[in-house]
Amino acid sequence: MRRQLEGSQAVAQTVARCRPQVVSAYPITPQTHIVEGISRLVRSGKLTGCEFVNVESEFAACSVAIGASAAGARTYTATASQGLLYMAEALFNASGLGLPIVMTVANRALGAPINIWNDHSDAMALRDCGWIQLYAADNQEAVDLHVQAYRIAEELSLPVMVCMDGFVLTHAFEPLEVPTQEQVDAFLPVFEPRQLLDPDEPMTIGAMVGPEAFTEVRYLAHAKHIHALDTITQTAEDFRERFGRASGGLLESHHTAEAETVVVALGSVLGTVVEVVDELREQGVSIGALAVKSYRPFPAQELSLALRAAKRVVVLERALAVGAGGIVSADVRNALWQHPIDVHTVIAGLGGRAITRKSLRTLLDSAAGGTLGELEFLDLRREIVERQLQPIEAGERPGPHAESILRELGAVRAEPV
Amino acid sequence: MFAVRIHGRGGQGVVTAAELLSLAAFTEGLEAQAFPSFGSERMGAPVVAFCRIDTEPIRLREPITEPDALVIQDPTLLHHVEVFGGLREDGCVLINSTRSIEQLGLSELTERHRPQRLASVPASELARTRLGRPIPNAALLGALAAQTGIVSLAALTSAINDRFTGATAQGNAAAATDGFLHIEEPAHA
Repeated sequence: MRRQLEGSQAVAQTVARCRPQVVSAYPITPQTHIVEGISRLVRSGKLTGCEFVNVESEFAACSVAIGASAAGARTYTATASQGLLYMAEALFNASGLGLPIVMTVANRALGAPINIWNDHSDAMALRDCGWIQLYAADNQEAVDLHVQAYRIAEELSLPVMVCMDGFVLTHAFEPLEVPTQEQVDAFLPVFEPRQLLDPDEPMTIGAMVGPEAFTEVRYLAHAKHIHALDTITQTAEDFRERFGRASGGLLESHHTAEAETVVVALGSVLGTVVEVVDELREQGVSIGALAVKSYRPFPAQELSLALRAAKRVVVLERALAVGAGGIVSADVRNALWQHPIDVHTVIAGLGGRAITRKSLRTLLDSAAGGTLGELEFLDLRREIVERQLQPIEAGERPGPHAESILRELGAVRAEPV
Repeated sequence: MFAVRIHGRGGQGVVTAAELLSLAAFTEGLEAQAFPSFGSERMGAPVVAFCRIDTEPIRLREPITEPDALVIQDPTLLHHVEVFGGLREDGCVLINSTRSIEQLGLSELTERHRPQRLASVPASELARTRLGRPIPNAALLGALAAQTGIVSLAALTSAINDRFTGATAQGNAAAATDGFLHIEEPAHA
């Protein structure tokens, strides 16, 4: 049954139907409504057999999830932004130990300067922590990915992050279907842990491995991720058969087969991108869109195949590798090593700046006209950055730009976005 | 596609108003998307929320810059924030105020837009009577239903009963009806 629900509440209800046994979370910004919703379900007795642990930090949240998962419990946590960074050390442990934890990352920017709004800086900063990273385009997909995530995680003994855009999705009300308990139970088998800490039979996990075998351990971690490409595909296909709708998988193509220009993007911006792509196609422009649903593992071969007809690729990125440029576009370029075409990096939507149809139209016009550079910043307010750069070019030592820009704008108030 | 932008201040139920409108549209069998403007959550700060309503699934996720209808929950915003930005020529405006559009100093709007498209509703007063608290969103949504016909009063009442329970649901439903009648039958309101 379709319902009109807030993204976070829909995810909370879905996670509850995955029957987690331990949910740990740190109840402070940047936390989500998701764990708030789950804690209510536990307290009201609607979610039974689940212990909700309020911890003192995100580091502890992930550590509790590690302990609970190693003891054989299906576990869940959620965070975003600085909270995810604070988990960093524990994240590598969870993947290294092969623990099938599922976590929602409600994607947000990273400070300083403080910014509570959406972009992908948080998940991108931890893209190589060994977790699978799946990106939702809308709230239906966010819901569905959580059910798929548990199956993928437990089948592979790997932790999974479900990335959904903070605010844009987490706070949006839209119609969607929350899978029923019966559907989830039929799709998701009871968790049978591959390793189990038991006080009666003590054992060590995560033992020291020296130079004689550490490379092999890392190689096998990589091999497991490559294998996960098949598991993710298979899980999405099985999901579609049972639920009657397409969600997840590795990539989603929108008219890419014959398109000269293809926009590659992750997450909720896909909807707006597809609107613009359809408008342009009606005007006869040869253009398509490609959604990356699984960013880790990165589906390099599948992506190369999907882009075989393309003459140019525009990678729309909601994060920036400071000092280098694009993050996803580096992966896209690597994937296209046998098929070298123009790959343009467009940094867009940082810190909550809206990505609008109007800006995308201008961007794609210049891409089609051959005037788009290798690295561009969508809607960059050039007058502001130029005034900041002038004194530096004149030899002055720069101060903090954030404060300087706020002084210049004469406002500490953020504009409505 | 019908796009509504709601302006108010933190604590006035701006986000709830967008949510309720989307729920009412969903009840009517329409597709709807509601989302806030994602500001810092503090009482009194200017807040914007959006609602799109369509017969087709909604893919677009940009903020609403060219609304078909504007709801202004707090008239003190009229001179501080660009509330009328992007309003379509045939767009509707609803302002929470006991004063008329002319008394609010917005006569210039009546020159650009058809006068029947502009209205003020004493929504806080209606809410104070019905709810005991000046939360104007339900009364304004009732008025919006009458002004635009985008959702019916029955669908709005159903959304209110879905979202709230007990006296809060009853009070909000009554305030929504008052707001509806204020536009529909101004002589009796």
